[in-house]
Amino acid sequence: MSETTQQPILRVRGLKTSFRTDRGTVTAVDDVNFDVFPGETIGIVGESGCGKTVTSKTIMRLLPERNSIIDPSSEILFDNLNLATAPETEMRKVRGDRIAMIFQEPMTSLNPVFTIGWQLDEALKYHTKLDKKGRRDRAVEMLRLVEIPNPEQRYKEYPHQLSGGMRQRVMIAIALCCEPDILIADEPTTALDVTIQAQILALMADLKERLGTSILLITHDLGVVAQVCDRVIVMYAGRIIEQAPVSDLFKRPQHPYTKALLESIPKAGKRSEDGRLPTIKGIVPSLFELPKGCRFQDRCPFKEQKCVDIEPDLTAHAFDDRPVRCHFPRNQEVDLTTGATG
Amino acid sequence: MTAPATQELNSTETAEKAFVHAEGIHKRFPVHGGILNRVVANVHAVTDVSFSIARGETLGVVGESGCGKSTLGKMVIRLLEPTEGKVYLEGSEITGLDHKQMMSVRRRMQIIFQDPYSSLNPRLTVRGLLKEAIAFHNVVTPDKMESYIDELIATVGMRPESKDKFPHEFSGGQRQRLGIARALALKPEFIVADEPVSALDVSIQAQVLNLMKDLKEQLGLTMMFISHDLKVVEHFCDNVMVMYLGRVMEKIQSDRLREQAEHPYTRALLGSNPIDDPDERRPLTVLQGDVPSPLNPPPGCPFAGRCPEVQDRCRTEMPPLEMRVNGQAVACWARM
Amino acid sequence: MWSYILRRLLYNIPVYLGIILLVMLALRVNDPVTAFLGKNATQEQYDAIKADFGLDRPFYEQYASTVWNIVTLDFSARSWEQKRPVGELITTAVPATTMITVPALMITAAISIMIGLICSFYRGRVADKTLMLLAVLGMSVSFLVYIIVGQYFGGYRLGQEAGLVPFDIEGYDVRLSTLTFWASSPIEAVQTWLQYCGLPVLISVIVAMGYDTRFYRAVMVEETGRDYITTARAKGAGSRKIMFVHMLKNAMIPIITRVMISLPFLIVGSILLEVFFSIPGMGRALITAINAKDFPVVEYMSALFAAVVILTVILTDVLYAVVDPRVRLS
Repeated sequence: MSETTQQPILRVRGLKTSFRTDRGTVTAVDDVNFDVFPGETIGIVGESGCGKTVTSKTIMRLLPERNSIIDPSSEILFDNLNLATAPETEMRKVRGDRIAMIFQEPMTSLNPVFTIGWQLDEALKYHTKLDKKGRRDRAVEMLRLVEIPNPEQRYKEYPHQLSGGMRQRVMIAIALCCEPDILIADEPTTALDVTIQAQILALMADLKERLGTSILLITHDLGVVAQVCDRVIVMYAGRIIEQAPVSDLFKRPQHPYTKALLESIPKAGKRSEDGRLPTIKGIVPSLFELPKGCRFQDRCPFKEQKCVDIEPDLTAHAFDDRPVRCHFPRNQEVDLTTGATG
Repeated sequence: MTAPATQELNSTETAEKAFVHAEGIHKRFPVHGGILNRVVANVHAVTDVSFSIARGETLGVVGESGCGKSTLGKMVIRLLEPTEGKVYLEGSEITGLDHKQMMSVRRRMQIIFQDPYSSLNPRLTVRGLLKEAIAFHNVVTPDKMESYIDELIATVGMRPESKDKFPHEFSGGQRQRLGIARALALKPEFIVADEPVSALDVSIQAQVLNLMKDLKEQLGLTMMFISHDLKVVEHFCDNVMVMYLGRVMEKIQSDRLREQAEHPYTRALLGSNPIDDPDERRPLTVLQGDVPSPLNPPPGCPFAGRCPEVQDRCRTEMPPLEMRVNGQAVACWARM
Repeated sequence: MWSYILRRLLYNIPVYLGIILLVMLALRVNDPVTAFLGKNATQEQYDAIKADFGLDRPFYEQYASTVWNIVTLDFSARSWEQKRPVGELITTAVPATTMITVPALMITAAISIMIGLICSFYRGRVADKTLMLLAVLGMSVSFLVYIIVGQYFGGYRLGQEAGLVPFDIEGYDVRLSTLTFWASSPIEAVQTWLQYCGLPVLISVIVAMGYDTRFYRAVMVEETGRDYITTARAKGAGSRKIMFVHMLKNAMIPIITRVMISLPFLIVGSILLEVFFSIPGMGRALITAINAKDFPVVEYMSALFAAVVILTVILTDVLYAVVDPRVRLS
């Protein structure tokens, strides 16, 4: 769906973010490069600690300044601005207006002591020149757009009077009220029930079509990725390890981790002979004790000496133009066929 | 409450044959209020649930938050007292047993929680944690204690040196292994697993599921597996019970779930799960609205407000759980 | 809301009656008349005093009449020592006390909330570390040191000798307790207030600030980590907006709790300050009454304090509901 002939709207180059901790400085993401094109939905997927949330919060510069360091060589190019080094005053103009964000916990992401209307109004006040009445009309219109029943009534209510799904809709309304170019959605449906997740995913897809917003979707749920993303970035231990159009990634993952991850989800309506799931042995390495070579080496079934000695770059290989961070990538077919449709 | 008891289960014969059997279980949590602090309302957490689990079988309980699945799980092993209804273990009733009588039964029934960390005493080492449970129930004689602990740790796939570590030193997956080890320490026959893998990453989730599968087979465990994740339940369980707002909507064998499930809610759950294959995208089934409040729910089918096939009757009268072939049972007027 | 307040008041009636009972019983453990008169009193003196406060009556009668007096706000019982009604004593002492306690509380709360906000926002930086060090330092020094050093430097060296600050070492102008003075010549009133109350207020602010700053910092640090603060930043809110709108409004519950706890002490005042600065307030009146075994004063003051505490607790709950929409009074 993405039109690659277009100029990317956001270019991330050499992104590196570290944290100061009691145990010393630890680099949470390193050498992260990707582009976001207008109107596309790009997924960043990985397990906890892989750096997907840090990446998104670095783009928005939402990490606490007291213990996080964005490496000065990082580039987050957006609209003639390097967000990695832009002054806070410039960032405030970008946040909520050009790039907006929604979060995992709708129950706690809204301020409990202000009304829904107040919280929408706040964003409009920062980024539009609308008068009070204009802002109110716009806010109610946004609530209607995200399919909240009785928007006029809800405008006056407090967050605790709404269900989790409704609150996530309000978050989306706030995020989209200034028509941002990019919406960063950090695990937007993880805390929601599956029928509510379906509502929110459908709503996001619908709004994307109507408003042309690019979506950067951070998730651990490969099903959500398969359902809504155009392109996928897979992260592991602070690195991008594979990047591909969604269908290529699911059908022919090239990195052993991607393949193993896809296989370890129970498949709808399909059980293996012995009833066991393929697994990835071991656990993600600690960011404090990263190996010298490939970060996946200890869990990889195809490990060779080269993997121990040298960390692979994220580069395309001869048989495909997709970037993979692996010395020995392979075109591996994954059988996604389901026993039946749901 | 008006629904007749499920036809396939109410015979005493089934109760005797089943390893775990529950009959007409209700749980109401009273809500107090007013000047005199009287009961002004009831939260109907579980309403008229009956089921049987044969020895060695795993029953999956699925549903969204607030459907009563966790409450049900706790009632089955009597961590919570049912307001109404009976639970049988191997044909003998355990509801109504006093504290002392329960002791021997409790050993046979254990629970694994979603977040094992909060259920593990942070000041005890793994050895201490296991020892506590083992000694309390006199599972082995003191001289065999150490070797028994070693054996348990090995069973759940942990390294022997883990024995001297504290719970906070482990990752999420390791903690869940620990939770399983503690449940197994008493050599139980029946285990309630309440969202055991929901808090785990995908790759770790597969490891823990495999471990549980192996243990189930090796030890011949009977299980009740509670989850919100249809795919996990389908993979892990023999039978599935779908709950909505405290009531059973459908029971079905898990390998028939995708194709033969009849209840509109089960179909909606299946349809709202994202697909696995990006090339076969279809619009997700989108149900309107939210789960209604379990506080004094309206009469009739609790799903009526969101059901695409709702009929007039659904709003006034709860459909009975109607028996089909292969143990399937459906509670829906549109499927009569 | 009014029905809630009424209900809470009704619930507290038995509590209050119980408190008065306890106070009265405790005060009668030692015979108050003997305590007041000492060993050398004649039987006539003893009987006179005993009859004067009605201690010759049976206890239930004394209890009933005290309760009745309190309910009807009749504070005409006479002080044994000062030979004037307790009511008069209280009404002259309370304004003097509040002249110090109310401004002190308000200034302390305002400054320490501000510092708490700033420290939490710049957590771990030099400003935060310096302010917190000062807070601990301030807490570690005794109240008496502040009073003595304050009187010497603030009152004597800088005030009376150098004339740099308008503070006096001790004393009080009774005109400050009258509304007419404040209304007719407000400038003079402020000057007079500064002269007599400025120093004690300053000292109590310094003393309380260490504790309060640390408390409010902890409250605010918790606020900075909330998800909705991240949401506000993601919307483009600036630091000031986040601190003074988002964080402050959410922190109102702990702030109210903290401030309201000290409310009853606004009436009682600080014994130390009032004694050292010769302020004729409640603190001094109480300590004088206790020393003189002035039985009626102690009894009625205790009853008054208990009433203020109960009202404060109810008011606190009402205020919770005002600042937090999730709190419902029922």
